[in-house]
Amino acid sequence: MRRASTVTTPRKLSPYAIARTRRKKSLQRFAQAFFGQPAGVIGLVILSVFVLLAVSAPLLFDREMLDITKTLGNESLEPPNGDFWLGTDENGRSILAVLVWGARASLVVGLAASLISMVLGTLIGIGSGHYTGLAGSALQRLTDWFLVIPFIPLVVVLAAVLGQRGLGTIVLVLGVTSWPGTARLVRAQTLSVEGRPYLERAKVLGDSDWQQMTKHVLPNVMPLVIANTTLTVAIVILSETTLAFLGLGDPFLDSWGTMLDKATGAGAASTGAWWYLLPPGICVILVVLAFTLIGRTLEVVLNPRLGSE
Amino acid sequence: MSERAAVGSVASEPVIEVDDLVVTFRGRRGGGTARALDGVNLAVGRGEIVALVGESGCGKTTLARSILGLERPASGEVRFQGEPLGYGGRALKAYRRRVQLVLQDPTGSLNPRQTVYEAVAEGPRVHRMADESGRVVKALSQAGIRPPERFFLRYPHELSGGQRQRVVIAGALALNPEVIVADEPVSSLDASVRGEILALLLQLREELELTLLVVTHDLGLAWNIADRLVVMYLGRVVEDGTTEQVLNNPQHPYTKALLSVVPEMEQVESIVLTGETPDCARIPTGCRFHPRCPAYASGEAEAAGIAADCRSRELPILGATGGHRAACWLVPAGDAPIPR
Ligand SMILES: Nc1ncnc2c1ncn2[C@@H]1O[C@H](COP(=O)(O)OP(=O)(O)O)[C@@H](O)[C@H]1O
Ligand code: SF4
Ligand SMILES: [Mg+2]
Repeated sequence: MRRASTVTTPRKLSPYAIARTRRKKSLQRFAQAFFGQPAGVIGLVILSVFVLLAVSAPLLFDREMLDITKTLGNESLEPPNGDFWLGTDENGRSILAVLVWGARASLVVGLAASLISMVLGTLIGIGSGHYTGLAGSALQRLTDWFLVIPFIPLVVVLAAVLGQRGLGTIVLVLGVTSWPGTARLVRAQTLSVEGRPYLERAKVLGDSDWQQMTKHVLPNVMPLVIANTTLTVAIVILSETTLAFLGLGDPFLDSWGTMLDKATGAGAASTGAWWYLLPPGICVILVVLAFTLIGRTLEVVLNPRLGSE
Repeated sequence: MSERAAVGSVASEPVIEVDDLVVTFRGRRGGGTARALDGVNLAVGRGEIVALVGESGCGKTTLARSILGLERPASGEVRFQGEPLGYGGRALKAYRRRVQLVLQDPTGSLNPRQTVYEAVAEGPRVHRMADESGRVVKALSQAGIRPPERFFLRYPHELSGGQRQRVVIAGALALNPEVIVADEPVSSLDASVRGEILALLLQLREELELTLLVVTHDLGLAWNIADRLVVMYLGRVVEDGTTEQVLNNPQHPYTKALLSVVPEMEQVESIVLTGETPDCARIPTGCRFHPRCPAYASGEAEAAGIAADCRSRELPILGATGGHRAACWLVPAGDAPIPR
């Protein structure tokens, strides 16, 4: 009720100004709800630290420090000391430098693959929920099929088929394999939106299937998609680590996953080189935790609106 | 009342015709097919307000949806100005520009993420009509939302139930339709605003020469606006006549029972229908109303010597046109109403 009065008062403002004010207000409401959740705030803080590190990597450590031809002078697998705060790897590179540049790679892979997964999952989810006929059940079969195939073998096969391993391949492989969960959720939400009378109204007003899906279904599944995609980022970063650890990553890409793979390869575990193994491991866990915390909070903050509004 | 009754006494120039319409649904959990509409004939004349009444579950919504082409008939057809409905995408779109639907639940009918302007502009935009904002302004003020500009950027949750229904009606009006089918347009609203919305419909008919088919389970509301009452029971029309005829001289025992419980009908003793609510997957033999018919139960049918017919003789289906008529063995066929 209070909201209604705030809308009627600024009569002299142009409609656009009112629309802007409304958008600002709803953003404020959202921020208030989000920051009321400690878990989400913790996640956001952790993530901000990593994003900051990733963005400022070139400022902190010269890219040359990752070039093994330039680090031959350093001692390999040196424990942490004044020069190398986190020690060195088997090629004498500063682990801290590799770690900070690794944040870049891991975040880029995570975000890019999640974006692919989000687009695929949303399209297929809405399509399978909207079309009741053959097309819908075909899309649903496809989703189910991808859901039941064990993830790792699928990724392994795809990675092998795509051959040449670069950042793009990894992003593609992870993106193309992580959408089914999103699609299933989106489908369920689509079915519930499809049951509402405003979809029938849209149909009677002349909306085509495409218009029904984009104007009415999409805006109403979007909050769910955003929350879900945040969680997907966490999963994708873990998967990238797994992929790299299985030796299926890009050996020239310095991600946390490749670091872990190389550390194991260099016998870090048996020689007690904890400074090589622990940092990338902890970073993966922290970033995954951050995305999970944010995703769960978004679910809580965004989802009740679906029902109440 | 009498002057209104004259307007649409007989569907002289029918706009909407429903011809022996059968709509079936696959039964839930293994049950047989449910015949939600089991041979319905109906004609709605130009400028007429027809009220479709009957208990919930008798097929009113299914009939309304079938008229809009939202349900495909198993047999029979719907005609608009004499032309059978085409079910292709383009034909339906063109048809629905001229025949619009207003749904029961205005809250659910509006997308919570669309503003009033967007909700009303949707039709003109989809049909690429000129002067979108002019149409929106006009439609909103016709629907009684004034001043329209003030409501443009409101969201449905900021409106009252009555205002929402006005916005939904405006959305239909924005297309300049000739016919509006309204499925229980006021049943989810507060009693205090029901009258306003019905008055609005009546006013729109006068101003825009609209033809209206209003679905309601509330006879007490129907007679306030309707020229003609069509009573449905279990997928069939059981009585059809002008409002005056049906009110003053109800013929079907079912109509009599419905009328008797309307609060405004003080002089009649109320007849409470017993028996389980009908299920269109299991339609009784003979007269489909016989398991609950007060006339049958009280022995009136027996006395008239038609009890056996009630139980087992299939009644002829009422035609779309003609005078006051009812599907009951107690009622002589043809126009002649039995005096009380
Ligand atoms: N989509 C459907 N699937 C199965 N049965 C339905 C469906 N829609 C309606 N029915 C059945 O058809 C009958 C008539 O329903 P409806 O037209 O909604 O009645 P009313 O609007 O008069 O309350 C009911 O028995 C109902 O259960
Ligand atoms: S036919 Fe018989 S059972 Fe049916 S309504 Fe008439 S009297 Fe009642
Ligand atoms: Mg209904």
